[in-house]
Amino acid sequence: MSRATREAYRDSVLALLGRHPELMCLDSDTGLFSADHAAAAGDQYLNLGIAEQNLMGVAAGMAACGRVPFVNTMAAFAASRALEAIKIDIAYNRLPVRIMATHGGLAAGHLGPTHQALEDLAVMRVLPGMTVVVPADAAATEAFVEQSVTLPGPLYVRLGRKPTPPIPAAPPPVIGKAQTLRTGGDVVLVGCGPYPVLACVAAAETLAEQGIEATVLNMHTLRPFDTETLIAAARPATLVITLEEHWRAGGLGGAVAEALAEAQPTRVLRLGVPDKFVDEVGNQEHLVAHYDLTAERVVRAVRTALDTAARSGKTDWKEYHS
Amino acid sequence: MTITQLLECDTLTDVAARIRSHVVDMCAGPEGGHLGGALSCVDVLTALYFSVLDVDTHWPDDPDRDRFLLSKGHAAVALYATLAERGFFPVEELAGFGRAGSRLMGHPVRAVPGVELPTGSLGHGLALGCGFALANRYAGRASRTFVLLGDGELQEGSVWEAAIAAASLRLDRLVAVVDRNGLQLTGPTDAIAPMEPLAERWRSFGWAVREVDGHDPELLADLLDAAAWEPGKPSVLIARTVKGQGLPFLAGRASSHYVTLSPRNHARAISALRVAEALG
Repeated sequence: MSRATREAYRDSVLALLGRHPELMCLDSDTGLFSADHAAAAGDQYLNLGIAEQNLMGVAAGMAACGRVPFVNTMAAFAASRALEAIKIDIAYNRLPVRIMATHGGLAAGHLGPTHQALEDLAVMRVLPGMTVVVPADAAATEAFVEQSVTLPGPLYVRLGRKPTPPIPAAPPPVIGKAQTLRTGGDVVLVGCGPYPVLACVAAAETLAEQGIEATVLNMHTLRPFDTETLIAAARPATLVITLEEHWRAGGLGGAVAEALAEAQPTRVLRLGVPDKFVDEVGNQEHLVAHYDLTAERVVRAVRTALDTAARSGKTDWKEYHS
Repeated sequence: MTITQLLECDTLTDVAARIRSHVVDMCAGPEGGHLGGALSCVDVLTALYFSVLDVDTHWPDDPDRDRFLLSKGHAAVALYATLAERGFFPVEELAGFGRAGSRLMGHPVRAVPGVELPTGSLGHGLALGCGFALANRYAGRASRTFVLLGDGELQEGSVWEAAIAAASLRLDRLVAVVDRNGLQLTGPTDAIAPMEPLAERWRSFGWAVREVDGHDPELLADLLDAAAWEPGKPSVLIARTVKGQGLPFLAGRASSHYVTLSPRNHARAISALRVAEALG
């Protein structure tokens, strides 16, 4: 059943508050928590108003005094507006603040570039000690929230907005461990987040029908990065494709390319949102299709790369830089 | 040592004079330091650490301690000198300031005993202080939180985000002090961004406000000790200070902001502090 990851987070954290008196839920008037939710959370929930820098600072101060705050804001505001407070007050001090960032990627849809976050993963994953996760569905969100209670140091969780479908049955999601959704020796498809992971799974099925076997990794944790699983998957393959709701620089594709360049040099093609601000009006599904972050695109990228390589030994790079 | 033992023969003014002398020595080191804004807040720091704050140098992590944050982190030399005089670490260590291998970074870091959280980028301390005060309230602790802000720092919007939050959360165990020395790096604070009437601004944000001479440590101690001044409100003390206080050749000048004292000016500064002490 489709379910919004942000709602899965909200319901999970509400269930945890009573059992863990050290937890706090600090809001910035996001509207995710209704008056009833707030009442259920009691004094462990506080709406601090529309002030994201202050939100991070207050959370850091509370964490330094032994509390474990979950802070609610949108990914766009966490990763850019409040970034300095996250860097200095939270990450530098290795404090256990959980940054719950909704409207990640293209999830803000028609709300536009002010509310979309296509840089957050790149920004967050370079901060020393920051754990960065992108749950692909509601079940993974619940698992990560539960695991976060005892996780040392800060955590950034990229969440969505509207309901998204569950990903197919997979090994239980564990922070820091990539999920192998399918195994095949020809190519590796790596995705993170709901639509990219689903697209990779669908693409692998189509490729299998064409005689190309793909390993599919749900790389839900960008830091610490599961280089081991990636290298093992890439070893027999000639090509690795990454797919994400993020600008092509610095996110999942960047992390995969960095890891493989050093440990297992393999051709990596990074599929993501083109290097520009969104100028198309539409919901998340529309924008995902508009920027062709789809199974068809992955299949096409694999076929083009393999065919071109077979013909000339070279890849037509223009295909990926458009 | 307890504060009573430390102050057996000394007044707060005597202690402040020793701290000023350490600050001057540190700013004569290889990297210099933020001399002017350090000297302007020495009397506030002295009042806090030698009269007001409930802290134990032998148990810096006491969960029930009062907490202090130097939001104007560039005055690190003053904080380090105060912490050393108070007994958090040996005074001799101050000589390492700015030198490779020392733990005394140019802005406060947690590696230094007594420093709660690192500061330096302006506009962070008050939100952190709100977090301290809030957590203490949840834990049922009576401890207080003090945050020292620069007056130039008040140009940072995040200060006012935190000021709004502190008042709406009724954090009456949170006390801010504004080091109102009237100067910032390039000139007079009010010529760059007028902040007067400053007391009115804070009052309109829901804070209890007092404005006093920031170079009278006894008066500062009495006032800070008495906070909260109004029930249910956070308190802010606007300390009227002089940038470079104690050094006639630098006092009241924006150029005192960051100084590497030459050997001659170092000697001149020490002499000025001695003369001032002798004159009482």
